[in-house]
Amino acid sequence: MAPAQAESRHRSPNSPALGLRFLLLAGLSILFLVIDHRNNHLDAARKAIGATVYPLRVVVDAPVSLWRWVVDTTASRNELRLENSRLNVERLLTRARLQRYAALEAENTRLRTMLEATARVRDRVRIAEIMSVSSNPFRHVLVVDKGTRDGVFDGQALIDAHGVVGQIIEAGVLSSQGILISDPDHALPVEVNRNGLRTIAVGTGEFDRLVLPFLPNNADIREGDLLVTSGLGGAFPAGYPVAIVNSVIRIPQEPFAAVSAQPSAALNQVREIMLIWSAIDEPPDEGAAADTPAAVASGKTTGE
Amino acid sequence: MLQRILQRRLQAGKRRVSRDRYARPQPVIISMIVSLMLAIAPMPGWAEAFRPDWVTLTLIYWAMNLPRTYSIGWAWMIGLVLDVAQGTLLGQYALALSLVIYVTVTFHLQMRQFPTLQLSVTVFGLLALYQFILFWINGVAGVNTPAVSYWGPVLTGSLIWPLMTMLYSGVRDRARN
Repeated sequence: MAPAQAESRHRSPNSPALGLRFLLLAGLSILFLVIDHRNNHLDAARKAIGATVYPLRVVVDAPVSLWRWVVDTTASRNELRLENSRLNVERLLTRARLQRYAALEAENTRLRTMLEATARVRDRVRIAEIMSVSSNPFRHVLVVDKGTRDGVFDGQALIDAHGVVGQIIEAGVLSSQGILISDPDHALPVEVNRNGLRTIAVGTGEFDRLVLPFLPNNADIREGDLLVTSGLGGAFPAGYPVAIVNSVIRIPQEPFAAVSAQPSAALNQVREIMLIWSAIDEPPDEGAAADTPAAVASGKTTGE
Repeated sequence: MLQRILQRRLQAGKRRVSRDRYARPQPVIISMIVSLMLAIAPMPGWAEAFRPDWVTLTLIYWAMNLPRTYSIGWAWMIGLVLDVAQGTLLGQYALALSLVIYVTVTFHLQMRQFPTLQLSVTVFGLLALYQFILFWINGVAGVNTPAVSYWGPVLTGSLIWPLMTMLYSGVRDRARN
């Protein structure tokens, strides 16, 4: 490398210290890498650079937004009428269900006050639009168009109409990055809705599959079981649907069963997602469950 | 005194422009912005693994042809922007890009003489080096490192390189007058 460098020095007089400059910048990069890996001291720099990327994202997003706008405005009257009637029916059904829900919630609150437990207050949600998704197939990261200006914070849960989508890992000023539950580095504490069995759902890098690696062979779990957030990790509020178990393979000589589940949320189809603000930062469910393995795993990403 | 400084600065500016054959910065900057946009544009899932490294290709091209202006410093800054855009560790793309551009600038005179095929092979090597650095940093940092399809961009990038040089040489001709 040395003679080549000397040559280039000779030929391009304007870059005499090319090697030196490279070493300097490489050293600086490595310093950044180490600092960023250890802790979050570089968040300010990240936010500053992120603000410069924001206009690019808006421009990149423009054709999609434009297309949606065109589709919306040119939808025929007939289609609109059909959609309207469908939505009306859906609304009626939802309202009917909600009536029952309201009654149940009231009953639940009453019972909880009787048990002197913390009253569960309704979560506040806000709709955000996805601006882009990560280009790396093994890192399921998306960018939403809400930032700290709208009250977004690190670790905030993201849901769509069907279930949990992921959580915010980096709240910028105007836009934020979120990680999907299908990211291989993401794990979240869940429980089986049917019997309250607690475990951890880990992403696989595939949009339609999560795995539950820590269930013993004799665990009471079967295909079709609904998994909901247990709220034990502290990141996700409890009770949101996460996935439906679609295969349970018990291998006698292995300590754990091979269980996989399909996420309820349409992870690679959503365009609008909801950000959740829990009304109160309630402590993890019941204190009795604090020493279970599920409580040990935080809902945060493990690889960050 | 002040006048002399100003004059010298003006001369220096002129000299710098003349060395890179009167290159205008606008086409280069626009191409870099477009490549950044292509890098963050959403794509269908199956195509993600084969998205060429637009930014790297663009930087290699300009570093090869206008090495005095678009060198490591540019690569490093654009790398930082890419780091933030992709949500990776800060410095990861910056390090990989500045290494690739360092090699490119060092050998830019040889690379300009290469015929298309040989240059594509060289670009393949550069892209492989780039991906290897990213792969390595991911490994050290404990980020889940993927399998073979990580190297898809290397293949598509070197295949698309001849087309891109054709496009950019048109841009460059414009940049020069």
